Amino acid sequence: MESNSIVASIKKDYILTVLETGKRVDGREFDEYREIEIIRGYAQRAEGSALVRIGNTQVLAGVKLSLATPFPDTPDEGILSTTAELVPLASPSFDIGPPDERAIELSRVVDRALRESNALDLEKLCIVPNEKVWLVNVDIYILDYDGNLFDASCLAAISALLDARFPKLEDDKIIYEEKTNEALPIKNKPVEVTFAKIGKYTVVDPNLEEEEVMDARITFGITQENELCALQKGLRGSFTREEILDLFDKAIEKAKELRRYLE
Amino acid sequence: MKVGKPEKLIVNGKRLDGRAFDELRPIKIKAGVLKRADGSCYLEWGKNKIIAACYGPREVHPRHLARPDRAILRCVYKMAPFSVKERKKPGPDRRSVELSKVITEALENVVFLNLFPRSAIDVYIEVLQAEGGTRCASLTAASVALADAGVPMKDLVAACAAGKVDGEIVLDLFELEDNYGEADLPVGIVPRTGEITLLQMDGNLTREEFEKALDLAIKGALQVYELQKAALKEKYGGENGGEQ
Repeated sequence: MESNSIVASIKKDYILTVLETGKRVDGREFDEYREIEIIRGYAQRAEGSALVRIGNTQVLAGVKLSLATPFPDTPDEGILSTTAELVPLASPSFDIGPPDERAIELSRVVDRALRESNALDLEKLCIVPNEKVWLVNVDIYILDYDGNLFDASCLAAISALLDARFPKLEDDKIIYEEKTNEALPIKNKPVEVTFAKIGKYTVVDPNLEEEEVMDARITFGITQENELCALQKGLRGSFTREEILDLFDKAIEKAKELRRYLE
Repeated sequence: MKVGKPEKLIVNGKRLDGRAFDELRPIKIKAGVLKRADGSCYLEWGKNKIIAACYGPREVHPRHLARPDRAILRCVYKMAPFSVKERKKPGPDRRSVELSKVITEALENVVFLNLFPRSAIDVYIEVLQAEGGTRCASLTAASVALADAGVPMKDLVAACAAGKVDGEIVLDLFELEDNYGEADLPVGIVPRTGEITLLQMDGNLTREEFEKALDLAIKGALQVYELQKAALKEKYGGENGGEQ
Protein backbone atom coordinates (compact mmCIF):
# COMPACT_ATOMS: atom_id res chain seq x y z
CA MET A 1 0.00 0.00 0.00
CA GLU A 2 3.08 2.20 0.13
CA SER A 3 2.39 4.18 -3.03
CA ASN A 4 -1.36 4.22 -2.61
CA SER A 5 -1.60 6.46 0.42
CA ILE A 6 -3.57 9.13 -1.49
CA VAL A 7 -6.01 6.55 -2.85
CA ALA A 8 -6.31 5.08 0.63
CA SER A 9 -7.25 8.42 2.14
CA ILE A 10 -10.04 8.90 -0.42
CA LYS A 11 -11.22 5.37 0.26
CA LYS A 12 -11.12 6.01 3.97
CA ASP A 13 -13.45 9.00 3.56
CA TYR A 14 -15.89 6.77 1.72
CA ILE A 15 -15.71 3.97 4.30
CA LEU A 16 -16.22 6.50 7.09
CA THR A 17 -19.31 7.99 5.41
CA VAL A 18 -20.81 4.52 5.29
CA LEU A 19 -19.87 3.83 8.94
CA GLU A 20 -21.61 7.06 9.92
CA THR A 21 -24.87 5.54 8.71
CA GLY A 22 -24.37 2.62 11.10
CA LYS A 23 -23.44 0.11 8.38
CA ARG A 24 -20.27 -1.22 6.83
CA VAL A 25 -19.22 -1.19 3.17
CA ASP A 26 -20.20 -4.84 2.78
CA GLY A 27 -23.53 -4.33 4.55
CA ARG A 28 -22.57 -5.91 7.85
CA GLU A 29 -23.31 -4.68 11.35
CA PHE A 30 -20.32 -3.39 13.35
CA ASP A 31 -20.29 -6.53 15.50
CA GLU A 32 -20.96 -9.03 12.74
CA TYR A 33 -18.55 -11.62 11.37
CA ARG A 34 -18.59 -12.64 7.74
CA GLU A 35 -19.73 -16.15 6.94
CA ILE A 36 -17.44 -18.75 8.47
CA GLU A 37 -16.75 -22.22 7.17
CA ILE A 38 -14.30 -24.82 8.49
CA ILE A 39 -13.33 -27.95 6.60
CA ARG A 40 -11.29 -30.39 8.65
CA GLY A 41 -9.02 -33.01 7.14
CA TYR A 42 -8.37 -30.93 4.02
CA ALA A 43 -4.69 -31.88 3.62
CA GLN A 44 -4.53 -35.59 4.14
CA ARG A 45 -0.79 -36.12 4.31
CA ALA A 46 -0.80 -33.96 7.42
CA GLU A 47 -1.61 -35.54 10.79
CA GLY A 48 -4.31 -32.92 11.10
CA SER A 49 -5.51 -30.03 9.00
CA ALA A 50 -8.26 -27.50 8.54
CA LEU A 51 -9.24 -25.02 5.88
CA VAL A 52 -10.95 -21.96 7.29
CA ARG A 53 -12.93 -19.44 5.30
CA ILE A 54 -14.02 -16.15 6.80
CA GLY A 55 -15.76 -14.43 3.93
CA ASN A 56 -13.23 -14.56 1.08
CA THR A 57 -10.25 -15.02 3.37
CA GLN A 58 -8.90 -18.57 3.19
CA VAL A 59 -6.38 -20.05 5.57
CA LEU A 60 -5.14 -23.63 5.64
CA ALA A 61 -3.40 -25.01 8.70
CA GLY A 62 -1.55 -28.32 8.78
CA VAL A 63 -0.26 -30.22 11.80
CA LYS A 64 2.77 -32.47 11.41
CA LEU A 65 4.09 -34.61 14.24
CA SER A 66 7.65 -35.78 14.70
CA LEU A 67 10.02 -36.87 17.45
CA ALA A 68 12.40 -34.47 19.12
CA THR A 69 14.60 -33.95 22.15
CA PRO A 70 12.84 -31.79 24.75
CA PHE A 71 14.11 -28.35 25.72
CA PRO A 72 16.42 -28.56 28.77
CA ASP A 73 14.13 -26.36 30.88
CA THR A 74 11.04 -28.44 30.11
CA PRO A 75 12.43 -32.02 30.05
CA ASP A 76 9.04 -33.68 30.42
CA GLU A 77 7.06 -31.63 27.93
CA GLY A 78 6.43 -31.97 24.23
CA ILE A 79 7.10 -29.04 21.92
CA LEU A 80 4.57 -26.87 20.11
CA SER A 81 5.79 -24.70 17.27
CA THR A 82 3.64 -22.38 15.18
CA THR A 83 4.63 -20.65 11.96
CA ALA A 84 2.70 -18.66 9.39
CA GLU A 85 3.43 -18.06 5.75
CA LEU A 86 1.91 -15.26 3.72
CA VAL A 87 1.94 -17.26 0.51
CA PRO A 88 2.47 -15.05 -2.59
CA LEU A 89 -0.58 -16.46 -4.35
CA ALA A 90 -2.80 -15.01 -1.62
CA SER A 91 -2.25 -11.33 -2.31
CA PRO A 92 -0.28 -8.94 -4.53
CA SER A 93 1.23 -7.54 -1.33
CA PHE A 94 2.80 -10.86 -0.32
CA ASP A 95 6.30 -11.61 -1.59
CA ILE A 96 8.37 -14.75 -1.87
CA GLY A 97 11.20 -15.08 0.59
CA PRO A 98 11.61 -15.52 4.33
CA PRO A 99 8.70 -14.51 6.60
CA ASP A 100 8.41 -10.74 6.93
CA GLU A 101 7.35 -8.90 10.08
CA ARG A 102 3.65 -9.37 9.29
CA ALA A 103 4.03 -13.14 9.07
CA ILE A 104 6.15 -13.26 12.20
CA GLU A 105 3.67 -11.18 14.20
CA LEU A 106 0.78 -13.31 12.96
CA SER A 107 2.40 -16.61 13.93
CA ARG A 108 3.53 -15.31 17.29
CA VAL A 109 0.10 -14.00 18.21
CA VAL A 110 -1.56 -17.31 17.26
CA ASP A 111 1.20 -19.20 19.08
CA ARG A 112 0.58 -17.05 22.16
CA ALA A 113 -3.10 -17.97 22.29
CA LEU A 114 -2.40 -21.70 21.87
CA ARG A 115 0.45 -21.70 24.36
CA GLU A 116 -0.96 -19.51 27.09
CA SER A 117 -4.37 -21.19 27.09
CA ASN A 118 -2.62 -24.57 27.39
CA ALA A 119 -4.48 -25.67 24.29
CA LEU A 120 -2.20 -28.72 24.17
CA ASP A 121 -1.34 -30.71 27.27
CA LEU A 122 2.39 -30.72 26.61
CA GLU A 123 3.19 -33.12 29.43
CA LYS A 124 1.12 -35.77 27.72
CA LEU A 125 3.35 -35.37 24.66
CA CYS A 126 6.38 -36.63 26.57
CA ILE A 127 7.56 -40.12 25.58
CA VAL A 128 10.83 -40.44 27.56
CA PRO A 129 11.69 -37.49 29.84
CA ASN A 130 14.90 -35.67 28.86
CA GLU A 131 15.13 -37.78 25.73
CA LYS A 132 12.16 -38.01 23.50
CA VAL A 133 9.00 -36.02 23.09
CA TRP A 134 6.48 -35.30 20.36
CA LEU A 135 7.13 -32.14 18.36
CA VAL A 136 3.89 -30.64 17.11
CA ASN A 137 4.37 -28.26 14.18
CA VAL A 138 1.42 -26.10 13.28
CA ASP A 139 2.02 -24.46 9.91
CA ILE A 140 -0.42 -21.80 8.84
CA TYR A 141 -0.75 -21.15 5.15
CA ILE A 142 -2.56 -18.01 4.00
CA LEU A 143 -4.22 -18.85 0.66
CA ASP A 144 -6.45 -15.85 0.01
CA TYR A 145 -6.10 -12.59 1.89
CA ASP A 146 -9.30 -10.62 2.30
CA GLY A 147 -8.63 -9.34 5.82
CA ASN A 148 -8.59 -10.60 9.41
CA LEU A 149 -5.80 -13.16 9.22
CA PHE A 150 -5.47 -13.41 13.00
CA ASP A 151 -8.92 -14.83 13.69
CA ALA A 152 -8.87 -17.09 10.63
CA SER A 153 -5.40 -18.41 11.45
CA CYS A 154 -6.23 -19.12 15.07
CA LEU A 155 -9.42 -20.95 14.05
CA ALA A 156 -7.46 -22.93 11.49
CA ALA A 157 -4.71 -23.81 13.97
CA ILE A 158 -7.00 -25.05 16.71
CA SER A 159 -9.24 -26.87 14.20
CA ALA A 160 -6.20 -28.63 12.73
CA LEU A 161 -5.03 -29.63 16.21
CA LEU A 162 -8.50 -31.02 16.95
CA ASP A 163 -8.42 -32.89 13.65
CA ALA A 164 -4.97 -34.41 14.23
CA ARG A 165 -4.41 -38.09 15.03
CA PHE A 166 -1.14 -39.61 16.21
CA PRO A 167 0.63 -41.69 13.58
CA LYS A 168 1.70 -45.19 14.51
CA LEU A 169 4.94 -45.38 16.47
CA GLU A 170 6.95 -48.58 16.04
CA ASP A 171 10.44 -49.13 17.48
CA ASP A 172 10.95 -45.37 17.75
CA LYS A 173 10.01 -44.89 14.16
CA ILE A 174 6.96 -43.02 12.99
CA ILE A 175 4.89 -44.77 10.40
CA TYR A 176 3.12 -41.82 8.85
CA GLU A 177 1.01 -43.96 6.56
CA GLU A 178 -0.80 -45.49 9.52
CA LYS A 179 -2.76 -43.06 11.61
CA THR A 180 -4.04 -44.25 14.96
CA ASN A 181 -7.41 -43.20 16.36
CA GLU A 182 -5.74 -41.31 19.13
CA ALA A 183 -6.37 -37.57 19.14
CA LEU A 184 -3.94 -34.98 20.52
CA PRO A 185 -4.34 -34.06 24.21
CA ILE A 186 -6.36 -30.86 23.73
CA LYS A 187 -7.04 -29.01 26.99
CA ASN A 188 -8.43 -25.73 25.75
CA LYS A 189 -9.90 -24.26 22.60
CA PRO A 190 -8.81 -20.64 22.40
CA VAL A 191 -10.12 -18.34 19.68
CA GLU A 192 -9.00 -14.89 18.61
CA VAL A 193 -11.29 -11.94 18.02
CA THR A 194 -9.95 -8.93 16.11
CA PHE A 195 -11.37 -5.43 15.90
CA ALA A 196 -10.36 -2.62 13.56
CA LYS A 197 -10.61 1.01 14.56
CA ILE A 198 -11.45 3.34 11.69
CA GLY A 199 -11.82 6.95 12.77
CA LYS A 200 -13.95 6.74 15.89
CA TYR A 201 -15.65 3.51 14.85
CA THR A 202 -14.65 0.00 15.83
CA VAL A 203 -15.72 -3.04 13.83
CA VAL A 204 -15.13 -6.74 14.33
CA ASP A 205 -13.63 -9.02 11.65
CA PRO A 206 -12.31 -6.31 9.28
CA ASN A 207 -12.28 -7.20 5.59
CA LEU A 208 -9.39 -6.11 3.37
CA GLU A 209 -10.96 -2.76 2.42
CA GLU A 210 -11.36 -1.93 6.09
CA GLU A 211 -7.87 -3.15 6.98
CA GLU A 212 -6.35 -0.93 4.30
CA VAL A 213 -7.72 2.17 6.00
CA MET A 214 -7.83 1.17 9.66
CA ASP A 215 -5.98 3.31 12.20
CA ALA A 216 -5.47 0.59 14.79
CA ARG A 217 -6.15 -3.06 15.31
CA ILE A 218 -6.61 -5.12 18.44
CA THR A 219 -6.75 -8.90 18.83
CA PHE A 220 -8.05 -10.68 21.92
CA GLY A 221 -7.24 -14.36 22.52
CA ILE A 222 -10.06 -15.82 24.60
CA THR A 223 -10.05 -19.22 26.36
CA GLN A 224 -13.09 -21.46 26.70
CA GLU A 225 -13.36 -20.12 30.29
CA ASN A 226 -13.78 -16.61 28.79
CA GLU A 227 -10.42 -15.50 30.10
CA LEU A 228 -7.82 -13.52 28.20
CA CYS A 229 -4.85 -15.59 26.98
CA ALA A 230 -3.34 -13.26 24.39
CA LEU A 231 -3.60 -9.63 23.41
CA GLN A 232 -2.02 -7.67 20.61
CA LYS A 233 -2.57 -4.09 19.60
CA GLY A 234 -1.27 -3.08 16.18
CA LEU A 235 -0.71 -0.06 13.96
CA ARG A 236 -0.28 3.62 14.54
CA GLY A 237 -3.66 4.45 16.06
CA SER A 238 -4.56 4.14 19.72
CA PHE A 239 -7.26 2.95 22.08
CA THR A 240 -8.40 4.47 25.34
CA ARG A 241 -8.63 2.43 28.53
CA GLU A 242 -12.42 2.46 28.28
CA GLU A 243 -12.42 1.33 24.66
CA ILE A 244 -10.16 -1.60 25.52
CA LEU A 245 -12.34 -2.77 28.40
CA ASP A 246 -15.48 -2.42 26.28
CA LEU A 247 -13.91 -4.38 23.42
CA PHE A 248 -12.81 -7.10 25.83
CA ASP A 249 -16.47 -7.62 26.81
CA LYS A 250 -17.49 -7.72 23.15
CA ALA A 251 -14.66 -10.15 22.39
CA ILE A 252 -15.95 -12.58 25.00
CA GLU A 253 -19.37 -12.58 23.30
CA LYS A 254 -17.90 -13.04 19.84
CA ALA A 255 -15.58 -15.80 21.08
CA LYS A 256 -18.64 -17.81 22.10
CA GLU A 257 -19.94 -17.52 18.54
CA LEU A 258 -16.61 -18.62 17.05
CA ARG A 259 -16.23 -21.54 19.40
CA ARG A 260 -19.43 -23.07 18.02
CA TYR A 261 -17.55 -23.77 14.81
CA LEU A 262 -15.10 -25.91 16.75
CA GLU A 263 -17.67 -28.43 17.91
CA MET B 1 6.95 -28.31 35.28
CA LYS B 2 9.60 -25.84 34.27
CA VAL B 3 13.14 -26.36 35.53
CA GLY B 4 14.39 -23.47 37.62
CA LYS B 5 10.97 -22.29 38.74
CA PRO B 6 11.12 -20.98 42.30
CA GLU B 7 8.60 -22.61 44.62
CA LYS B 8 7.06 -19.26 45.34
CA LEU B 9 7.35 -15.91 43.64
CA ILE B 10 5.77 -14.05 46.53
CA VAL B 11 6.96 -14.67 50.08
CA ASN B 12 5.32 -12.97 53.08
CA GLY B 13 3.57 -10.43 50.90
CA LYS B 14 6.83 -9.35 49.22
CA ARG B 15 8.22 -10.17 45.82
CA LEU B 16 11.49 -12.08 45.44
CA ASP B 17 13.43 -8.87 44.83
CA GLY B 18 11.86 -7.31 47.91
CA ARG B 19 9.43 -4.99 46.14
CA ALA B 20 5.83 -4.25 47.05
CA PHE B 21 3.17 -5.30 44.51
CA ASP B 22 2.83 -1.79 43.09
CA GLU B 23 6.49 -0.82 43.21
CA LEU B 24 8.68 -0.10 40.20
CA ARG B 25 12.30 -1.15 40.01
CA PRO B 26 14.74 1.79 40.33
CA ILE B 27 14.92 3.65 37.02
CA LYS B 28 17.65 6.00 35.76
CA ILE B 29 17.33 7.87 32.48
CA LYS B 30 19.93 10.07 30.80
CA ALA B 31 19.37 11.91 27.55
CA GLY B 32 22.13 12.58 25.01
CA VAL B 33 24.81 10.00 25.78
CA LEU B 34 26.17 9.34 22.27
CA LYS B 35 28.19 11.82 20.25
CA ARG B 36 27.39 10.80 16.67
CA ALA B 37 23.68 10.12 16.96
CA ASP B 38 21.19 12.97 16.47
CA GLY B 39 19.59 11.99 19.74
CA SER B 40 20.18 9.29 22.30
CA CYS B 41 19.17 7.92 25.66
CA TYR B 42 20.73 5.63 28.23
CA LEU B 43 18.34 3.88 30.55
CA GLU B 44 18.75 1.62 33.54
CA TRP B 45 15.61 -0.10 34.75
CA GLY B 46 16.42 -2.51 37.54
CA LYS B 47 19.25 -4.51 36.04
CA ASN B 48 18.22 -3.72 32.47
CA LYS B 49 20.69 -1.50 30.64
CA ILE B 50 19.58 -0.05 27.34
CA ILE B 51 20.90 2.51 24.87
CA ALA B 52 18.68 4.04 22.21
CA ALA B 53 19.87 6.28 19.39
CA CYS B 54 17.91 8.32 16.89
CA TYR B 55 19.12 9.27 13.40
CA GLY B 56 17.08 11.56 11.23
CA PRO B 57 14.99 12.85 9.68
CA ARG B 58 17.30 11.77 6.86
CA GLU B 59 17.23 10.31 3.36
CA VAL B 60 15.45 6.99 2.98
CA HIS B 61 17.43 3.94 1.93
CA PRO B 62 16.27 1.89 0.09
CA ARG B 63 14.55 4.73 -1.75
CA HIS B 64 11.41 2.85 -2.72
CA LEU B 65 10.36 2.89 0.93
CA ALA B 66 9.97 6.66 0.87
CA ARG B 67 6.44 7.97 1.30
CA PRO B 68 5.31 11.06 -0.61
CA ASP B 69 3.20 12.39 2.24
CA ARG B 70 5.22 11.61 5.37
CA ALA B 71 8.39 10.33 6.95
CA ILE B 72 8.76 6.67 7.78
CA LEU B 73 9.72 5.68 11.30
CA ARG B 74 11.84 2.56 11.80
CA CYS B 75 12.68 1.30 15.25
CA VAL B 76 14.99 -1.66 15.57
CA TYR B 77 15.10 -3.58 18.85
CA LYS B 78 18.24 -5.63 19.32
CA MET B 79 19.70 -7.64 22.14
CA ALA B 80 23.46 -7.93 22.58
CA PRO B 81 24.62 -11.57 22.49
CA PHE B 82 25.95 -11.21 26.05
CA SER B 83 22.84 -9.51 27.44
CA VAL B 84 21.21 -12.73 28.65
CA LYS B 85 22.18 -15.89 30.50
CA GLU B 86 22.66 -18.06 27.45
CA ARG B 87 24.35 -16.26 24.58
CA LYS B 88 21.86 -14.90 22.08
CA LYS B 89 22.86 -15.53 18.51
CA PRO B 90 23.45 -12.19 16.73
CA GLY B 91 20.91 -11.13 14.14
CA PRO B 92 17.18 -10.67 14.29
CA ASP B 93 15.10 -13.49 15.76
CA ARG B 94 11.32 -13.66 15.57
CA ARG B 95 10.88 -12.01 18.94
CA SER B 96 13.06 -9.00 18.04
CA VAL B 97 11.21 -8.56 14.75
CA GLU B 98 7.87 -8.47 16.55
CA LEU B 99 9.12 -6.11 19.27
CA SER B 100 10.61 -3.76 16.68
CA LYS B 101 7.22 -3.68 14.96
CA VAL B 102 5.12 -2.93 18.05
CA ILE B 103 7.60 -0.34 19.35
CA THR B 104 7.61 1.42 15.95
CA GLU B 105 3.81 1.45 15.86
CA ALA B 106 3.58 2.77 19.42
CA LEU B 107 5.85 5.72 18.52
CA GLU B 108 4.34 6.46 15.10
CA ASN B 109 1.35 7.73 17.02
CA VAL B 110 3.23 10.64 18.61
CA VAL B 111 5.79 11.68 15.97
CA PHE B 112 4.62 14.36 13.50
CA LEU B 113 5.69 12.27 10.52
CA ASN B 114 3.78 14.44 8.05
CA LEU B 115 6.31 17.25 8.60
CA PHE B 116 9.05 15.30 6.82
CA PRO B 117 7.79 13.78 3.56
CA ARG B 118 10.15 11.36 1.78
CA SER B 119 12.48 11.00 4.75
CA ALA B 120 13.26 8.42 7.39
CA ILE B 121 13.61 8.58 11.14
CA ASP B 122 15.56 5.63 12.49
CA VAL B 123 15.72 4.59 16.11
CA TYR B 124 18.17 1.87 17.11
CA ILE B 125 17.68 0.21 20.46
CA GLU B 126 20.39 -1.97 21.97
CA VAL B 127 19.70 -4.05 25.05
CA LEU B 128 23.11 -4.44 26.70
CA GLN B 129 21.90 -6.20 29.80
CA ALA B 130 18.47 -7.76 30.25
CA GLU B 131 16.48 -8.55 33.34
CA GLY B 132 12.91 -8.79 32.07
CA GLY B 133 10.66 -6.01 30.86
CA THR B 134 12.98 -4.87 28.07
CA ARG B 135 10.18 -3.96 25.65
CA CYS B 136 8.73 -1.31 27.93
CA ALA B 137 12.20 -0.09 28.87
CA SER B 138 13.15 0.09 25.17
CA LEU B 139 10.03 2.02 24.21
CA THR B 140 10.66 4.42 27.08
CA ALA B 141 14.28 4.95 26.01
CA ALA B 142 13.37 5.27 22.33
CA SER B 143 10.95 8.11 22.97
CA VAL B 144 13.56 10.03 24.96
CA ALA B 145 16.09 9.51 22.14
CA LEU B 146 13.57 10.89 19.62
CA ALA B 147 12.91 13.92 21.81
CA ASP B 148 16.66 14.40 22.32
CA ALA B 149 17.07 14.47 18.53
CA GLY B 150 14.57 17.31 18.39
CA VAL B 151 12.02 15.31 16.42
CA PRO B 152 8.63 17.05 16.78
CA MET B 153 6.26 14.90 18.84
CA LYS B 154 2.85 15.44 20.42
CA ASP B 155 4.12 13.77 23.60
CA LEU B 156 6.52 11.13 24.84
CA VAL B 157 5.36 7.53 25.01
CA ALA B 158 5.88 6.08 28.48
CA ALA B 159 5.64 2.37 29.12
CA CYS B 160 5.40 -0.09 31.94
CA ALA B 161 4.15 -3.64 32.37
CA ALA B 162 1.91 -5.18 34.96
CA GLY B 163 1.21 -8.85 35.37
CA LYS B 164 0.07 -11.69 37.53
CA VAL B 165 2.43 -13.56 39.82
CA ASP B 166 1.33 -16.24 42.28
CA GLY B 167 -2.25 -15.01 41.82
CA GLU B 168 -1.41 -11.37 42.63
CA ILE B 169 -1.52 -8.45 40.23
CA VAL B 170 1.90 -6.77 40.39
CA LEU B 171 3.70 -3.90 38.66
CA ASP B 172 6.83 -4.16 36.51
CA LEU B 173 7.76 -7.85 36.32
CA PHE B 174 11.44 -8.73 36.55
CA GLU B 175 12.98 -11.77 34.89
CA LEU B 176 11.86 -14.53 37.26
CA GLU B 177 8.31 -13.17 37.42
CA ASP B 178 8.28 -12.76 33.67
CA ASN B 179 9.45 -16.34 33.08
CA TYR B 180 7.41 -18.11 35.70
CA GLY B 181 4.50 -15.76 36.41
CA GLU B 182 0.98 -16.22 35.09
CA ALA B 183 0.63 -13.15 32.90
CA ASP B 184 2.55 -10.19 31.50
CA LEU B 185 0.79 -7.08 30.21
CA PRO B 186 3.09 -4.42 28.72
CA VAL B 187 1.38 -1.07 28.17
CA GLY B 188 2.62 2.08 26.41
CA ILE B 189 0.69 5.31 26.90
CA VAL B 190 0.56 8.87 25.62
CA PRO B 191 0.15 10.57 28.98
CA ARG B 192 -1.21 13.90 27.69
CA THR B 193 -4.12 12.29 25.84
CA GLY B 194 -4.56 9.06 27.79
CA GLU B 195 -4.20 7.03 24.61
CA ILE B 196 -2.73 3.55 24.69
CA THR B 197 -0.36 2.88 21.80
CA LEU B 198 1.36 -0.32 22.90
CA LEU B 199 -0.62 -3.18 24.35
CA GLN B 200 0.20 -6.85 24.44
CA MET B 201 -0.50 -9.68 26.82
CA ASP B 202 0.53 -13.22 27.25
CA GLY B 203 -0.63 -15.43 30.05
CA ASN B 204 -4.03 -15.78 31.63
CA LEU B 205 -6.22 -13.06 33.09
CA THR B 206 -9.90 -12.86 33.93
CA ARG B 207 -11.84 -9.73 32.97
CA GLU B 208 -11.47 -8.32 36.51
CA GLU B 209 -7.76 -9.11 36.73
CA PHE B 210 -7.19 -7.54 33.34
CA GLU B 211 -8.81 -4.27 34.37
CA LYS B 212 -6.78 -4.17 37.57
CA ALA B 213 -3.52 -4.95 35.76
CA LEU B 214 -4.24 -2.39 33.02
CA ASP B 215 -4.86 0.34 35.59
CA LEU B 216 -1.73 -0.60 37.52
CA ALA B 217 0.41 -0.56 34.35
CA ILE B 218 -0.96 2.88 33.41
CA LYS B 219 -0.10 4.15 36.88
CA GLY B 220 3.43 2.79 36.53
CA ALA B 221 3.82 4.34 33.09
CA LEU B 222 2.82 7.74 34.50
CA GLN B 223 5.69 7.46 37.00
CA VAL B 224 8.05 6.55 34.16
CA TYR B 225 6.80 9.62 32.25
CA GLU B 226 7.95 11.91 35.06
CA LEU B 227 11.44 10.37 34.91
CA GLN B 228 11.57 10.81 31.12
CA LYS B 229 10.68 14.48 31.43
CA ALA B 230 13.20 14.95 34.23
CA ALA B 231 15.96 13.45 32.06
CA LEU B 232 15.18 15.84 29.21
CA LYS B 233 14.97 18.82 31.57
CA GLU B 234 18.29 17.88 33.06
CA LYS B 235 19.93 18.09 29.67
CA TYR B 236 18.09 21.03 28.18
CA GLY B 237 17.49 22.99 31.34
CA GLY B 238 14.12 23.77 32.76
CA GLU B 239 13.79 26.46 35.32
CA ASN B 240 17.25 25.76 36.66
CA GLY B 241 18.99 25.90 33.32
CA GLY B 242 21.23 23.04 32.37
CA GLU B 243 24.20 22.16 30.29
CA GLN B 244 23.71 22.70 26.60
